Amino acid sequence: MSAKSVRVIPGFSATLGLTIGYLSLVVLIPLAALILKAAGMTAQQWLDTLTDARVLASFRLSFGGAAIAALINGVFGLLVAWVLVRYPFPGRKLIDAFIDLPFALPTAVAGIALTALYAPNGWIGQLLPFKVAFTPLGAIIAMIFIGVPFVVRTVEPVLQDVDSELEEAAACLGASRVQTFLRVILPSIAPALLTGISLAFARAVGEYGSIIFIAGNLPGVSEIAPLLIVTKLEQYDYVGATAIACLMLAVSFAMLLAINMLQKWNRQRLGGLS
Amino acid sequence: MSRAATRDPILVRWLLIAVAVSFLALFLVLPLAAVLTEALRKGADAYWRSLGGDDTLASIRLTLLVAGIAVPLNLAFGLAASWAIAKFDFAGKAWLISFIDLPFSVSPVISGLIYVLLFGAQSALGPWLIEHDVKIVFAVPGIVLATIFVTFPFVARELIPLMEEQGRDEEEAALTLGAGGLRTFWAITLPNVKWGLLYGVLLCNARAMGEFGAVSVVSGHIRGLTNTMPLHVEILYNEYDFVGAFAVASLLALLALVTLGAKTTLEWWHRDELAAAGRH
Amino acid sequence: MTWFLIQDIKRAAIAAAAATAIAAAIAIAIPGALAAEPKTLLNVSYDPTRELYQEFNTAFVKHWKTRTGEDLKINQSHGGSGKQARGVIDGLEADVVTLALAYDIDAIAEKAKLLEPDWQKRLSYNASPYTSTIVFLVRKGNPKTIKDWDDLIRSDVQVITPNPKTSGGARWNHLAAWGYALNKWNNDQAKAEDFVGKIYKNVPVLDTGARGSLTTFAQRGIGDVFLSWENEAILANREFGGGFETVIPSLSILAEPPVAVVDKVVDRRGTRAQAEAYLKFLYSPEGQEIAAKHHYRPRDPDIAKKYASDFPNVRLFTIDDVFGGWGKAQKEHFGDGGIFDRIQAKK
Repeated sequence: MSAKSVRVIPGFSATLGLTIGYLSLVVLIPLAALILKAAGMTAQQWLDTLTDARVLASFRLSFGGAAIAALINGVFGLLVAWVLVRYPFPGRKLIDAFIDLPFALPTAVAGIALTALYAPNGWIGQLLPFKVAFTPLGAIIAMIFIGVPFVVRTVEPVLQDVDSELEEAAACLGASRVQTFLRVILPSIAPALLTGISLAFARAVGEYGSIIFIAGNLPGVSEIAPLLIVTKLEQYDYVGATAIACLMLAVSFAMLLAINMLQKWNRQRLGGLS
Repeated sequence: MSRAATRDPILVRWLLIAVAVSFLALFLVLPLAAVLTEALRKGADAYWRSLGGDDTLASIRLTLLVAGIAVPLNLAFGLAASWAIAKFDFAGKAWLISFIDLPFSVSPVISGLIYVLLFGAQSALGPWLIEHDVKIVFAVPGIVLATIFVTFPFVARELIPLMEEQGRDEEEAALTLGAGGLRTFWAITLPNVKWGLLYGVLLCNARAMGEFGAVSVVSGHIRGLTNTMPLHVEILYNEYDFVGAFAVASLLALLALVTLGAKTTLEWWHRDELAAAGRH
Repeated sequence: MTWFLIQDIKRAAIAAAAATAIAAAIAIAIPGALAAEPKTLLNVSYDPTRELYQEFNTAFVKHWKTRTGEDLKINQSHGGSGKQARGVIDGLEADVVTLALAYDIDAIAEKAKLLEPDWQKRLSYNASPYTSTIVFLVRKGNPKTIKDWDDLIRSDVQVITPNPKTSGGARWNHLAAWGYALNKWNNDQAKAEDFVGKIYKNVPVLDTGARGSLTTFAQRGIGDVFLSWENEAILANREFGGGFETVIPSLSILAEPPVAVVDKVVDRRGTRAQAEAYLKFLYSPEGQEIAAKHHYRPRDPDIAKKYASDFPNVRLFTIDDVFGGWGKAQKEHFGDGGIFDRIQAKK
């Protein structure tokens, strides 16, 4: 399966052309407008932005919090997908129906609902010995909420597709269930899982609507990067706002690219083995 | 499915189910319950009354219109992109996928702002648009554009890993046997990815209807004209109309359940084929 | 074997195509439908004025109809003051703007040149037909006995105010506290910064808007005192079932929410007569009465007298007297590296 093999499958140029054309129109050109705007900054201004303690603190929360949330979603999302695909139990369909909720619920509503739950006087908040709402932990809770569907929904279809014969074969050869899972099932769903985690991560980095209700927004403590963008806009400082946006974009893109490269490499390695 | 080799011990099963269900209860069911509690605080009458307002109906119409345009466009794009990426090898593939992912990582505030920077009165295009009385931002086209941007990756991202997992052998076989490209696509590829496609469309649709941040920037918030359902929720909330706000929010949540009902029905219709496919 | 599924998908594809066609048709039909409607005015306003303009618009449409016989429809847009101003700058076609701070209308004049820089002189009373002030909302019975600004720096008091960087109302809060401190310490800026810094030290949550802050205070039970617009405090007490009391500090700021006709827009749309009459009607006895009913302090002396019992006497200072106008106050206090940032960095 080398890259130079003769293409039997048709439609390459048509679909790729359509993809790149639409991508440019909807995503790349508008984002270029953003970068163009931020290019109005001098080198000194960039340096100041990059070294500003508040900007750095907000990046730490946005990226660090998003990473934690994405990992938690990775573990539990995989578990949920597994349970939904493999185990028929009463109420399964209903639970399946809830997965997309974080997308359908406007982020502001999600933020209000989560704050109501996790505030010191909320249903969950009053049971906990520590504060969740109005702390950085609150931001992570909101990030977990908005990321749930990504992992579950990317893993589910692939898991449905995993060949049961392979599992049976592994079992016949004396593999335990755990071994089968780690050696047979996990490798085939790993790309989807990784995709889901990286998407949940990317989404959480940029999230604004729900977090501002629950995080407390104290500068340097619980202030997220998108909020800094909004405060710049409030001062009509479009250039400063787009600069922070570009920085966020650059970091997210680098991470997404790294993950996608890793996946491609991984696939080539596996492809070479089979 | 029923063979012992692929079955887990009953204890493990129930333990995993319990953990999964508690996770979902904590993060999904309870927030929804909180929304419904607020919506029904003053009883079912108040709930229904608050859904009947003219502005509420206008926001529902606008939301359906926006999703009705954005979802099919992104569906077509998703099919094309995943076909190109999964069925062929070419340089820069990881870059292309990363670009497709990009809208997820762009803060909603920025997703709206980019269209304002492009088409706003202060942009290079702005004066020309005003002169010709073409309204893009602060009107329906801007809302549609922002929604397309935000929901752009869903279908593609759902299909790419799935199609890659399935490889190209079946397509290549069909083509070798003389089937045309389109026929191969209809008869082999689509049936193979249909569930992934469906998930992608459901997610895309849910997000298109629920998007708040990006749309809020380009909407202009004109009551009855440019308010989508999520924006209307905010307006009602800011008017101290908590019942109304959460009632409209619950409608959006319900939507997710309705689309899922459709999916379940479809699965049920084709349960025999699904079972056959599972057994190979 | 998959024939039925293919049928489904084909049907779904046809349905999707049909949905797109219908949606597109509706989208095209919308501007046409609008053209047939009566003449419209768009009033772009900030958050707490919803109830006020809902009633005022109805009154004005009636007034305009009897005066000219013309049908008029007023469209209303609400949001954070700064965000709304940005919308107008970027092309939201507002015939009139009624915002929280003069600074935001200044920005429209300066950045988009949609109206003259001297807009505030075109209407009486600094182009602010009604005023308000900043008061304290405390829990019923005032358990922490909060009486004045000095109580806000006590270590046992938690203060709720939104982030002045994102909320117009919070800027008034900040400046009111600052003005009180200047008055107390004879214009000593360092003392004022220290005082206001101590207040922010007692703030556990900085919401982005006044409504978010009020929810934190009222629904979540966080904090002992909420710094609020006077009209919002009265409204909040009613909406949240009266669990609160209003405390009037010894000195506060005169908040003047300004209004203006957006010249370039009304001239292009041919709505100048209507827009100017709309704002003038705000100053009329009828308009002033509606403002008073919604807890904005009316300017008209007669109406003010009539509603005097609703508005307790407060010693008020203006932003021009103490801060030299909005432009200066905004830059010094809320700009990047300004006083608010300094206070937060010190914390």
